[in-house]
Amino acid sequence: MTQYSGQEFGVGNAEDRVIELNGVWKTYRMGDQDVNALAGVDLQIQRGSFWAISGSSGSGKSTMLNLLGCLDRPTQGKYLLEGQDIASTSDDELSDLRLKHLGFIFQNFNLIPQLTVQENIVLPLFYQGIDPNEANERGQSIAALVGLAERLGHRPTELSGGQQQRVAIARALANNPSVLLADEPTGNLDTATGDSIMELLVELHDQGKTIIMVTHEPEIAAYAQYQLVMRDGNIESITDQTNNEHHAQKSVVQA
Amino acid sequence: MIGSRFSRNITLGVKTLLLHKMRSVLTMLGMVFGVGAVIAMLAVGEGASKQALDEIKRLGSQNIIINSQKPIEQAASGSQRIRMNIYGLLYDDLERIQQSFDTVVRTVPAKLIRGEGRVGSRTLELRLVGTTPEWFELVEREILAGRVMLDRDMEQSSNIVVLTEHGARKLLAGKSILNAQVRINQGIYKVVGIIKSEATDSGTMQTPDQQIDAYIPLNVAKERFGDITVTRGSGSNTREMVELHQMIVEVDSTKNVESTAAGIERVLSLFHPKKDYRMSVPLALLRQAESTQRTFNIVLGSIAGISLLIGGIGIMNIMLASVTERTREIGIRRAIGARRKQIIGQFLIETVVLSVTGGLIGIGIGLLIPWLITVFAGMPTVVTLWSVMISVVISIGVGVIFGMYPAMRAANLDPIVALRHE
Repeated sequence: MTQYSGQEFGVGNAEDRVIELNGVWKTYRMGDQDVNALAGVDLQIQRGSFWAISGSSGSGKSTMLNLLGCLDRPTQGKYLLEGQDIASTSDDELSDLRLKHLGFIFQNFNLIPQLTVQENIVLPLFYQGIDPNEANERGQSIAALVGLAERLGHRPTELSGGQQQRVAIARALANNPSVLLADEPTGNLDTATGDSIMELLVELHDQGKTIIMVTHEPEIAAYAQYQLVMRDGNIESITDQTNNEHHAQKSVVQA
Repeated sequence: MIGSRFSRNITLGVKTLLLHKMRSVLTMLGMVFGVGAVIAMLAVGEGASKQALDEIKRLGSQNIIINSQKPIEQAASGSQRIRMNIYGLLYDDLERIQQSFDTVVRTVPAKLIRGEGRVGSRTLELRLVGTTPEWFELVEREILAGRVMLDRDMEQSSNIVVLTEHGARKLLAGKSILNAQVRINQGIYKVVGIIKSEATDSGTMQTPDQQIDAYIPLNVAKERFGDITVTRGSGSNTREMVELHQMIVEVDSTKNVESTAAGIERVLSLFHPKKDYRMSVPLALLRQAESTQRTFNIVLGSIAGISLLIGGIGIMNIMLASVTERTREIGIRRAIGARRKQIIGQFLIETVVLSVTGGLIGIGIGLLIPWLITVFAGMPTVVTLWSVMISVVISIGVGVIFGMYPAMRAANLDPIVALRHE
């Protein structure tokens, strides 16, 4: 099986890796059979890059995202996030890593219905124990960034799908994470709204955010710099799309 | 900062509970009625027991009261013509008791004679109490005017009388009270003082004093009335000879009361083969009342425990449903970076807010019910501070104990599974 490394496509110097996977396996036991959801994956992700992960169902892309999101630990191999090996971390330490370094964007937005937009956005800051006044200030500036300054007092259910996803993005940005993880961010949106969300992600990427996105739609994957295709628990191919016209129009900063 | 985070957690908990107002209220009902019933029942029990204890304490917890009593076989043959019933306590018993026990501080004898008081045209049925000045030390009552009996009244065999408030009002209404002359049966007595009577008509215990008492020196009573009383019946006269009708013995401390009472019983039984006296020990009654109260409290405590258990289970049930319903929310919070402990804290606070709110409403009801009982049924009730404080503590405890399991279940959910939950 061919091993691919993202490093050959990487940008910046080799030291500036946010994520590094070395021979990562994830094995589940199904009945009396072991299933390898990930089978020895090697991958390096440079700071500031924009990745799209795709693949058929059962290819391991969900497992990959859960692992990258520190919601799961590898059965075998090394996963370094910001240089820290997560193999031997406790549940609390995993929580802290997510709180400090990661921001999640989901297909179904996953906002907490009883909280206002403002409260949803500052939730990570609440868990970080940041002073409420400071948190609210930061929440307001982030809301302005994603174009939601007018909606802070509303409940998520009072917003359109696109607006809800903007709230989710604002929440993912609140803790100023190293990596944004997006799971089918446009899956529940119509094409026009989906495009506007993708433009927002591209904009965030232009501002230097590292983004890893799982999608099965080629048009959406086309927004990323690198398209990674998974198959049978491993990387089948990685395509550099930096010169792709669709992407090139939007991405200016990355060289 | 921890404080502000805690208060935000509470605000969030309250907000979440307000989303399902009906459900939250129904969940709290168990606590509301549990706590309300406990406080109300304790208040009624406390009121009843306070009333009983007050009555018993009025008798004096260091006292032993011995009354003369017609023996049963004599009482049966008492209808015979010209027959003298001789029974009861003797002047000698007084000496014997006084001298046989170191623990006896004093003994107070009393002759009780029916009489009629008269001032001008006013009359009143009285119970003449021929006694010694010690009576007023044992049966302590507030002096409303003048003085009580003194040693010199005994020495000089003075014809003086101490009346109760009731007697004074009936006989001397509108007249100058002290030094008034009162005719009782054939004698004339000078009123030297008025005392308050705490005798009550209702209640289980009879106090040594009565509303219609008139106190005169014992030797005066002996001289004027002798030891024989004649009761005119229909066609026959009953004559009785009783030296002393009542004796009150004061013991030096409450811990010696019961042993002294047993000793007196032994001494008296030697000289009174026919049991012509009756002993009552207020302390024993007090002990009995206290043990009844304890039993009552245990029963109440069990009822309280069961109702709070049911209330707690109700809360736990709803919280488990809430955890299932909010599985996704838990997944989201965990993905964002909440630790398990923070999830536990969130759900625990919600349960405690529920149980404490229910408890506080219950306290309100528990205060209202005894008030209604007192106003409309006239029963005495006492709401004790400790029952309210214990209710608050128990409410918090129920929240923590019954909230812990649902909270742990929430915290132990796998975030990946929880996020996928529909």
